[in-house]
Amino acid sequence: MGQLTEIRWHGRGGQGAKTAALLLADVAFSIGKYVQGFPEYGPERMGAPITAYDRISDVSIRVHSNIYEPDFVVVVDDTLLHDVDVTSGLKEEGAILINTEKEKEEILPLLKDYQGAVYTINAKKVCMETMGKYFPNMPMLAAVVKISGVMEQEVFRKEMEASLQHKFEKKPEVFAGNMQALLQAWEEVTFIGSAANRQMSRIYAAQASGLGA
Amino acid sequence: MAIKERMSGNEAVAYAMKQINPDVMPAFPITPSTELPQFVSSYIADGEMDTEFIPVESEHSAMSAAIGAEAAGARTMTATSSAGLALMWEMLYVAASNRLPIALALVNRALSGPLNINCEHSDSMGARDSGWIQIYAEDNQEAYDNFIQAYRIAEHPDVMLPIMICQDGFIISHGVSNITLLEDEKVKAFVGEYCPKHYLLKADEAMAVGPYAVSCYGMEAKRAQAQAMINAKQVILDVASVYKTISGRSYGLFEAYRLEDADYAIVAIGSACGTTKDAIDALRVQGKKVGLLKVRVFRPFPGKELAEALKNCQAIAILDRCESFSANGGPLAAELSAALFQAKSQAEVLKIVYGLNGRDYTVTEAEQIFADLEEIAENGMGADAAEYRYIGLRE
Repeated sequence: MGQLTEIRWHGRGGQGAKTAALLLADVAFSIGKYVQGFPEYGPERMGAPITAYDRISDVSIRVHSNIYEPDFVVVVDDTLLHDVDVTSGLKEEGAILINTEKEKEEILPLLKDYQGAVYTINAKKVCMETMGKYFPNMPMLAAVVKISGVMEQEVFRKEMEASLQHKFEKKPEVFAGNMQALLQAWEEVTFIGSAANRQMSRIYAAQASGLGA
Repeated sequence: MAIKERMSGNEAVAYAMKQINPDVMPAFPITPSTELPQFVSSYIADGEMDTEFIPVESEHSAMSAAIGAEAAGARTMTATSSAGLALMWEMLYVAASNRLPIALALVNRALSGPLNINCEHSDSMGARDSGWIQIYAEDNQEAYDNFIQAYRIAEHPDVMLPIMICQDGFIISHGVSNITLLEDEKVKAFVGEYCPKHYLLKADEAMAVGPYAVSCYGMEAKRAQAQAMINAKQVILDVASVYKTISGRSYGLFEAYRLEDADYAIVAIGSACGTTKDAIDALRVQGKKVGLLKVRVFRPFPGKELAEALKNCQAIAILDRCESFSANGGPLAAELSAALFQAKSQAEVLKIVYGLNGRDYTVTEAEQIFADLEEIAENGMGADAAEYRYIGLRE
């Protein structure tokens, strides 16, 4: 990991993208990093697109602007891919992580000219199998920690265990589900492509829309 | 040992409030300061504070209750933002002129319209002539440190004025970042007990608060109040130097960042200063002699000191996160320009309005401002150049 890692989250109001961004700042702080976690508020209503940000650094952070050239982008809701230019400014050597149930053939064409790595996670599946309720925070957190390399899996597991144990002191069953969601998401986050197989998916998309290759 | 934590600006100020544990807090919630009374209420419910929390029906009532409590002899605080401060307006003057050292945690937010919840300094800048001391923060650490210093400044016998501790709404209030906290006992020892000399509930001394003054007394009262604000400057410095001994962190009326040999300077308030510092470091690598003057204390206004700190600069950009609709630039630009004139400064001055309604201010924009200053210093302002201009405006 370099000196400064910048992460931009795209979600919809009420899905917990802001909370996830703050959780990431929390866990990075717990291993001695300098952090910033902050939301950008638009209209305050459920379902409206919202953006949140993380900066994680080995040195103290003074800048207070939004992030325009992130190293990583996290998309908590794949319907945003149609509405928001999620890869805007995203560094090619970075990556985008998308929460989706869709196949890569449907996802990759939506990312326009982005040449970097693309990962997906089916957070709903992870949540339903581990917690029985759909709260995408935990799976998204684990997946972004993994793809960004902010910390090793074992360190992450230990830190989250301590933090969740404290948070759910009186709800041990919730603690177990959350931990399971983290671990399962770590395993299930999938690399679905980068510049090379983007061409493939463009051909697929063109064929699918009847325009030929 | 200092405590390493990560907190939002609101969490940090609420934590300072808990450590100080004042006697009374009347408050009415408004975004983005709502968390302050919320956190304090939780601390009280959890038995960590014994402050008397008064839920009121408006900010006018919040300030009125604060005035009553403080006049009675209780250490009092409140919190607000934007329209909330505007609704307190009448009572802000009453608090200041009755010499009541109330502490107000202000989370800066735009005033309507358009209706907007984001950062702007127009709320506190509008109240700049109400007689309150105003101290601004660059980040959550400064917001915390400033609040801990607030009562020692406000309650000082040479001062006895209310104090506004300001932080940038959302940018600081809702941004979580690293912070170093002091231990409770250090804070309590530093702030001390509040022992006012005169107060309404003092049994053996009858007094009136807020009486009518005929013209043969009123002006003297105003002059005495003005003297208190003049005195506040030295008290702020003295309190900062004691605070340094317990925190290790230095504060003054302003902070000069790489300013000593700078040809070009940005003058700003609040979170924009951190962003400007990053731009300065990048430009210094390229050999550009650029610096920042961060105004921490706006009331009292340290005009002479600021002008002195800028004396070697050829061109200066004064940034206001506030439009005062004077058709002549924002309040910081107006007051600092006057101070520069008094100091016989020959520097070119750009008055820049930025960041309105939460518009982002970036490193790139700071670099652009420095480039403009260099251009103006070399070629003069030019007949068509606007010395009062906007940055970050969509064309």
